[in-house]
Amino acid sequence: MNILVVGLSHKTAPVEIRERVAFAPTAMEKPLHEMLDLPAVAEAIIVSTCNRVELYATSRTPEAAASELRRFLTQYHGLEAELLDSYLYEYQGEEAIRHLFRVASSLDSMVIGEPQILGQIKTSYGYAAEFKTAGLILNRFLHKAFSVAKRVRTETSIASNAVSVSFAAVELARKIFGTLDDKTVLIIGAGEMCELAARHFINNGVTQVFVTNRTFERAAKIAEEFNGRALPFDDFPDHLHQVDIVLTSTGAPTFILGHKKVEEVIRQRKNKPMFFIDIAVPRDIDPKVNDIDNVYLYDVDDLQGVVAANMKERHKEAKKAEGIIDQEIGQFFRWLASLEVVPTIVALRSRLDEIRKGEVEKTLSGLKDLDERQRRAVEVLSSAIVNKVLHQPITVLKQAQNNAAGDSYVEAVRVLFNLEPPRPEEELKTLDDPE
Amino acid sequence: MSLDLLLFKITLLAYFVATVLFLVEVIARHRRTATIARWFLIGGFALHCLSLAVRYYTLGHAPSASLHEALSFFAWALVGIFLLFDLRFRLNVLGAFFCPLALVLMIVGSALPTGVQEGNPILQSWWFPVHVSLAFLGDAVFAVAFVVGIMYLLQERMLKSKTFSPLYYKLPSLDTLDSINYRCLTFGFPLLTMGIISGAVWANSAWGGYWRWDPKEVWSLITWFWYAALLHGRLTIGWRGRRAAIFAIIGFLALLFTFLGVNLLLPGEHSFRALQGR
Repeated sequence: MNILVVGLSHKTAPVEIRERVAFAPTAMEKPLHEMLDLPAVAEAIIVSTCNRVELYATSRTPEAAASELRRFLTQYHGLEAELLDSYLYEYQGEEAIRHLFRVASSLDSMVIGEPQILGQIKTSYGYAAEFKTAGLILNRFLHKAFSVAKRVRTETSIASNAVSVSFAAVELARKIFGTLDDKTVLIIGAGEMCELAARHFINNGVTQVFVTNRTFERAAKIAEEFNGRALPFDDFPDHLHQVDIVLTSTGAPTFILGHKKVEEVIRQRKNKPMFFIDIAVPRDIDPKVNDIDNVYLYDVDDLQGVVAANMKERHKEAKKAEGIIDQEIGQFFRWLASLEVVPTIVALRSRLDEIRKGEVEKTLSGLKDLDERQRRAVEVLSSAIVNKVLHQPITVLKQAQNNAAGDSYVEAVRVLFNLEPPRPEEELKTLDDPE
Repeated sequence: MSLDLLLFKITLLAYFVATVLFLVEVIARHRRTATIARWFLIGGFALHCLSLAVRYYTLGHAPSASLHEALSFFAWALVGIFLLFDLRFRLNVLGAFFCPLALVLMIVGSALPTGVQEGNPILQSWWFPVHVSLAFLGDAVFAVAFVVGIMYLLQERMLKSKTFSPLYYKLPSLDTLDSINYRCLTFGFPLLTMGIISGAVWANSAWGGYWRWDPKEVWSLITWFWYAALLHGRLTIGWRGRRAAIFAIIGFLALLFTFLGVNLLLPGEHSFRALQGR
């Protein structure tokens, strides 16, 4: 049985194409069943997000299944026959396994390490489980993918550094202040970015918010939104010493805060650190402020620099994640190979023959007075019993090759008779030379 | 080889492995190695305790009379204090900065003659182990302040210049580093003070005078005033952050000079040759 995937993603297809092949999450039953009805397809899962549409399937004839899946995707959405050809990718076996592991671990995402994709795949799997289109292999495959993604998340820091400007500001604040729980934020001016950043700060522990604006009503409105306090614009410098974090984005043409004022405030604060985030263009705060001890000033470009550095870190961590995935593929592939019918039959035979030989030897060593003919009769008898016992299971296993439920028989035999999964080299040998 | 020296060598090896693992953890960011490093360090520390105990038993006085012994004892105090801080703060990166310090002391110690000097009556005084324990524990606490001071300066530099090396992602927040610095001061200063007082008492019982202005005593006093100034600055004027970090770094260098430089460069009662009675 082989695993395969046919699909397209933000890497291969523009949004105009992606939106045309997306599946509505409210109506997954129909496409899943249609996919399962394809003659070469044994199990089916559809992953459909705004960045990717992928059809996962198992099949004994992966080539045939792949072209059926391509046709299915085109016809289901009523598209022109050759439209998707240049956008679709197609992986089989080990490559398909690697692909899902990478997608689930968010290595294939637009923003590497973003956490949503895992949840989206879990939802997709939920539909397949609900409508019973996933069988033994895809069940195990998806669960494996979830555990790989979890391992990647805990063993690498792929998702640990901010990749948005407003969240980068929060992380910098954490680097300076440690906890943000008892910290105070002052918002000067108003702007979407400023409010977004303020919201991030509040979600991360900041409790007290001051807001000031040239038009006081506007300040009052924002203050209400954040459960904070509005200050008249002319008064804000007098409150600076109570404030740990300052977010500014006014439309002022010149600096509204200079070196001298901040130096004075820091002295007043007994050197307790301050963090200024200047999102305004032109800038609101004199860049020389950054030279004062215990004062940290970041403007928009600086924050974007931080984001770029974090992105680089994520790419480095992604390399480590690839290593983890390599390990896990090997393991999963071994399990998958163990489901092959022929090597299972070979292993079953040799296991029973081993038992038979052992028992015969034990019996014969206790019966020294038997002559050669009688001894052979015992041997023949034991072989006959084993063959009779094996006849029905082997017949079932051979038939199992041709239907989807067969994999569970193979697995059951492996478990019941404690057969080890074959090692890669052995597996090749037994496949070439059955019996 | 005597038992205590054998234990010392194994300890050295364990510290070496722990140091390498802590460094690997920080450079390659392999989280599990830190746990293994901790176990090596704890194991090494246990052996170190044993080694010192055996030496104490065979010598009949605290194993701090030769430079080899003093270095080993200091390294023991360093690792012990680190493990204590680690219980509270769990900072792998602190291990990567701190273990090399203990390791270097151990290596230098292992290169020195390990011979035993016996029969000096002043070493039999109970004030001797009290004095060296307090002094070295104080030194070890200030060594933590030194290390977090360096970490603070590195991190502060990166935050100011807005260029981040991979280390940045490993370092704890400035606030954490600064509060460790403060805590070290509040623990280290009393230890240092008591170390100096107990030394004076010991000197009185050994030589019949509390204070003789020998170079080590002078330098201890200088260091004591230095840390007193930092403590005062922190508590009253609001010194913190970079200034406190720089103070802690200079203070520890002065301590090191008091410990090693004075012994090696300047003559006096504290030089080990004098202690050994020539």
